[in-house]
Amino acid sequence: MEIWRLPISASQRGKLISSGYTSLSSLSSISSSDLARELKVSESEAMNILKVASHSRGSETSNASCSIVEGAQSAWDMLHDEESLMHITTSSADLDNILGGGIHCKEVTEIGWSSLSLIVNSVLKYKLTTAFSSESIIFMLIGGVPGIGKTQLGIQIAVNVQIPNDFGGLGGKAIYIDTEGSFMVERAFQIAEACIEDMSEYNRFLRKDFQECKIKMLPQDILENIFYFRICSYTEQIALINYLDKFLSEHKDVKVIVVDSVTFHFRQDFDDMALRTRVLSGMALKLMNLAKRFSLAVVLLNQVTTKHTEASFQLALALGDSWSHTCTNRIVLYWNGNERYAYIDKSPSLRSASAAYSVTARGIRNSSSSCKRIKMM
Amino acid sequence: MANKLISEIPLPKSIANVFSARNISTAKDALSLTEFELMELLDVGLTEVRSALSQISEIVAPPYQTALSLMEQRFQNEHLGGHFPTGLKGLDAALCGGIPFGVLTELVGPAGIGKTQFCLKLSLLASLPTNYGGLDGRVIYIDVESKFSSRRLLEIGLRSFPEIFQMKEMAQEMAGRILVLRPTSLAEFTQSLEQIKVLLLQNQVKMLVIDSMAALVSGEHEQGARRQQTLSWHISFIKSLAEFSRIPVVVTNQVRSRNHDDASRYSFQVQSRDGAIETPMQYDSHLVAALGIQWAHAVTTRLVLEAKSGERFIKVAKSPISPPLAFPFHITSSGISLLSDDGKEVMGPEINAIHCQGHNEIINFGMEGLH
Repeated sequence: MEIWRLPISASQRGKLISSGYTSLSSLSSISSSDLARELKVSESEAMNILKVASHSRGSETSNASCSIVEGAQSAWDMLHDEESLMHITTSSADLDNILGGGIHCKEVTEIGWSSLSLIVNSVLKYKLTTAFSSESIIFMLIGGVPGIGKTQLGIQIAVNVQIPNDFGGLGGKAIYIDTEGSFMVERAFQIAEACIEDMSEYNRFLRKDFQECKIKMLPQDILENIFYFRICSYTEQIALINYLDKFLSEHKDVKVIVVDSVTFHFRQDFDDMALRTRVLSGMALKLMNLAKRFSLAVVLLNQVTTKHTEASFQLALALGDSWSHTCTNRIVLYWNGNERYAYIDKSPSLRSASAAYSVTARGIRNSSSSCKRIKMM
Repeated sequence: MANKLISEIPLPKSIANVFSARNISTAKDALSLTEFELMELLDVGLTEVRSALSQISEIVAPPYQTALSLMEQRFQNEHLGGHFPTGLKGLDAALCGGIPFGVLTELVGPAGIGKTQFCLKLSLLASLPTNYGGLDGRVIYIDVESKFSSRRLLEIGLRSFPEIFQMKEMAQEMAGRILVLRPTSLAEFTQSLEQIKVLLLQNQVKMLVIDSMAALVSGEHEQGARRQQTLSWHISFIKSLAEFSRIPVVVTNQVRSRNHDDASRYSFQVQSRDGAIETPMQYDSHLVAALGIQWAHAVTTRLVLEAKSGERFIKVAKSPISPPLAFPFHITSSGISLLSDDGKEVMGPEINAIHCQGHNEIINFGMEGLH
């Protein structure tokens, strides 16, 4: 490894190189006072450089015995981790299904799945604790035309993440980052109410003596656990993503971050497109980092724009191609005939499929006309 | 907060000096660069940059609210829980009480369908005292197309609220609360928006109506990128006006005929349809909203006014609260009113279609009714 890759300031790097220290190994056997004298810097600064150097060298060579590369994880371990991860339901069984639901569910869920599948479809969706999970599905982008239900899906996820463990949910809290001002607290209340109703209904089916375990949750409690941030400029958006690190370490029970929409401010007041791409991908990296460190799901909602390809205009997600590389999973919501459909546009682990869903007064649900109509493409 | 000065942020002295020496004076400047760009520019180590950035970020990031406190706050501070009743009962019920405060509500429809009539009625309602269901405040009406008619306004007032408008001084006061602006160019419009901002800050205005947005933007810059840019500035500005003053903002939009380059599907849809029979996506009408998809993303509630088989309908085409409903309406001397308060649910993308069939007959008929 060479000097220029060390995270030190440019002038220090310049001094090191001009004094002949070009590789890390050349720094390995020098004392801090010698280095300070040679570079004409203070001893503490030299100490710092050595610390940084030995740290990066350490990550290169040590720990070779326990795992070949530090920080790496074998595919087998990853599978194990993924399976133990919990899922958040979208409240639409079809939608959950194409998102890999019903496969990686926990034990409780599987019992519920088989015994309940015969009963009522509307109850079943709560056993389908699914979707957005497993390392790879954790980072997800949802796009669609105006009025298709992106914000609805965002609110639904923020509510559903709070379904308690007993019901196969995560029992976590949600962060809702609103860049457009489209979050409607009345709507969140409606969805929360419907969610609690469904849970008590489910309770009655699974446990005959429903007197005992009445749902003690109120819609107010659900709203209390949604942390709402209103963002008014892209600077604030970047600042907030930076700050989330600290916020999350204070609120460890947050399990999902919903950003609605990630692109709104970046589509205005940005002149330098190259800079925009750099800043955006930096932001995406930070979000991905957060998702991993705090094991939570990140759901980004994106706007749609028109794009000229192959001599015709088509709909495409905003902010161009380089941005779509950063997202692990991309889901596009669209109209198909008279129904709303979700299509998995890109995913490393899920097959490309589409499913119908509907937006009802109670929130996102299965499309009424299709109980079992998942079309594999 | 985005333009907060770095010198006001309690950073370590040495770092703060470096920032000011490199002419990075605001948080916006600092946060628009990546960590490594900053390292290069400031000539300091990664840890310093990171800690400085996290300190700046913490101060710039807006504070959070729980959704519960948001709701409680709305219900405490705001008249009617943040919704302004339109007087159309069915529509109000669908929209949870009426036109929401703090966001944009758009009326889109063909010429002569009744957009301006609706706007007149709304501004009249907003000027009324609260015990009549109004907002008891001033209304700013930006009349781009010179269609505002004060005579019609008073006629609607007299027919719908005779007890107020029969008294001359009351009528004068109510009508006096409605301020009409007639910008003739986009530049003038921008200027008046800035003035409105000041008025809004003094908290005197309770509603803003812009009739119509499309006339302004499409009149000036016909084509492409430039139009997109001016539009996006106005979108964010109007949105932020609505947001910080928490008033309902109603904007009208015109229609234009569908171009062949108006996309309605994604590339994956086109591929999957080769040879398939599924092509019922063609609308039988060829009208679309004049302002494009970026604008459509920005409005929170979109109401489509259309004429179909001899009847007029108002449709809730986009709303975070309401299901897709269509209400038949007509326009009488007392203004717009619904023929039925029970909306008919519309399936699928039909809710976004704008029909204009048999429209002329209705208008003629309506005019006869007026006189």
